[in-house]
Amino acid sequence: MSVAATTPRFKDNVHDALHDERLQRALPHARNFMSRRADAVARLPEFDALRDSARAIKDHTLAHLDLYLEAFERKVVEAGGHVHYARDSDEAIAVILGICKACGARVVTKGKSMVSEEIGLNAALEREGITAVETDLGEYVIQLRGEAPSHIIAPAIHVTRDDIEADFRRVHRDLAPDRDLSRPEQLLSEARAILRDRFLSADVGLTGANFLVAETGTSIIVTNEGNGDLTQALPKVHVVLASLEKITPTLNDVAQILRVLARSATGQDMSVYTTLSTGPRRPRDADGPEEYHVVLLDNGRSATLGGPFADMLRCIRCGACMNHCPVYHAIGGHAYGWVYPGPMGAVLTPLLIGVAEGGQLPNASTFCGRCEAVCPMRIPLPNLMRTWREREFERRLTPPLARAALRLWAFFAKRPPLYRFAVEPAMRGLGLIGRRRGRFAWLPFAGGWTRGRDFAAPQGATFQSRWRAKSGATQ
Amino acid sequence: MPESQAAKTQLRVGLFVTCLVDLFRPTVGFAAVKLLEDAGCKVVVPPQTCCGQPAFNSGDRADAQAIARRTIDAFAGCDYVVAPSASCAGMLAKHYPDLFADEPDMAIKAAAFSAKCCELTSFLVDKLGVTSVAAHFSGVAAYHDSCSGLRELGVHDQPRKLLASVEGLSLVELDEADVCCGFGGTFAVKYGELSNAIVARKTDKIAATGADTLLAGDLGCLMNMAGKLQRLGKPVKARHVAEVLAGMTDEPAIGEPAEAQAK
Repeated sequence: MSVAATTPRFKDNVHDALHDERLQRALPHARNFMSRRADAVARLPEFDALRDSARAIKDHTLAHLDLYLEAFERKVVEAGGHVHYARDSDEAIAVILGICKACGARVVTKGKSMVSEEIGLNAALEREGITAVETDLGEYVIQLRGEAPSHIIAPAIHVTRDDIEADFRRVHRDLAPDRDLSRPEQLLSEARAILRDRFLSADVGLTGANFLVAETGTSIIVTNEGNGDLTQALPKVHVVLASLEKITPTLNDVAQILRVLARSATGQDMSVYTTLSTGPRRPRDADGPEEYHVVLLDNGRSATLGGPFADMLRCIRCGACMNHCPVYHAIGGHAYGWVYPGPMGAVLTPLLIGVAEGGQLPNASTFCGRCEAVCPMRIPLPNLMRTWREREFERRLTPPLARAALRLWAFFAKRPPLYRFAVEPAMRGLGLIGRRRGRFAWLPFAGGWTRGRDFAAPQGATFQSRWRAKSGATQ
Repeated sequence: MPESQAAKTQLRVGLFVTCLVDLFRPTVGFAAVKLLEDAGCKVVVPPQTCCGQPAFNSGDRADAQAIARRTIDAFAGCDYVVAPSASCAGMLAKHYPDLFADEPDMAIKAAAFSAKCCELTSFLVDKLGVTSVAAHFSGVAAYHDSCSGLRELGVHDQPRKLLASVEGLSLVELDEADVCCGFGGTFAVKYGELSNAIVARKTDKIAATGADTLLAGDLGCLMNMAGKLQRLGKPVKARHVAEVLAGMTDEPAIGEPAEAQAK
């Protein structure tokens, strides 16, 4: 693990996020994705059928991943590229640093890549004196701010326009201080002008991949800004960094998954750019890199194959789950404390950094099921979160008090006569105490509830005792 | 099954009253009994505790299995098992078979049991063909769809259909009706601050409708939303949909004192 997690302090993070007024002003933007997705889905009657076929494609691929990885590697090599397997973050970083050093790189431009966040690549490059330049606008903004992405497709969604203006004035010091930056387009063109120079001065361009096509050895990125194309086409060396479940058998398969990807993510029918790269520049190509490398990161994913969390490997990183999550809407992405936020992060984080570190996340869900309802790959996210809870319970990672309370409750719940004996007097008592107000403003052991809400008093005698009395205790 | 046929054969319906209704709001249980009996069912109430969902969702699979075994046995003689809660009905109808995935004999038994389990309003409408109720309630009500009802069991139109027949009641739709209220069972206590933030947004939406009554089919969600409305001093009264459908609204609304009702 290369990136330190604050996930074990999740509850503190939640508290801070809920009291961060600036963040709370920015967060409503995340809700806009919902109506856009809904409109896009409504325009495509076969959307649900496409989800089924997308799921089938990925399930098939994962069942034969070894085969498709080998096929992909063969095709990349045939096209003149190189494939590097990295078991973990450290190996991936070593490979990328090796490539950078071999070509004497000083500046690396980057397309948007969550896997590069996962391995902590920017910090590793900086340590070696190599400047990493994020070229996706949102990533560029958060790099200026020294922050991590708070959303997997909208990394700066926690930042307001005013924040960006202040950041640009702080960092772009050689520009006229009295320039007008009041409109978003002005911010955009300033960033564009600065990045244009960086694209031209970069020695290595690093991108992620939405798909790696086994049939052709092609890497595909799906973007909206065009920065990815400049990142990978202009420098001498193009490095693709991707986790191994990005493998997809054929271009036809990709075409099917593409139809659900952008619709689920931003509500676009297609993203603005879908860019395919196969190997380095050939003799008669007008442009392209001299070297083409693919770094395939495992980081525990292959161990997930065939196990209870294998469904998670279908994830195509569209962000629909977090766009529809009431927990994400309340706290944003940083509070999750590691790289991947939202429901997909709640399942993936314990897989990648261990359930002891990441275990808070699968617990912090109401199981409302909206994530599963919108997931284009039909990943049963609530069930997978529940499976994590089972793992924690088995390993006694559940907080001892919660575990003891649960076991005590279960002891009675398994024994109806004892249960009745325990709860009936308790409810009569609580009912009497609460009768005058009808509710409690405070209850022992329920502070989590009563700090913000009243708690209704019981009506008194339980239903079952009243029913027995009514039906003459025949049961 | 049409109503006439239900009357002919008299379906034996086991009421799974749910632990929250049993403990906190027996009125809902009696309202469910009345609705089922009015529809021609014979209602029985086998001794019961809880569906096991708190254990299941806390990762305590062994206890959830033990509770599920008891529940399945307790309702053995019933044609249907009906719960005035989509959350509990979802546990019975959708998750019991998952619990016994590694025990083929029990899995078959659980699947047969699950097939008999229904949420109350969807049982009345979809299984019995009930289209109206003889009830009166004066007020403007907002209906909250519980997540389990909406996404696990397809409960959406059924309660609205029945509520439309209640004399004196007008129903308004909530903005963001498909969003969770933040209850989530033990989540509401374990992640109280987060749960509270989610329900605060929900109660804003409820208040914005101008409704004087909040209705839902799940007592957990209702206690959460009622508790927040009351803490904020909003004058919206929360009731289980069965109370209104059965015309049993003499008891104070959820979390309201007995005296206020007498006014």
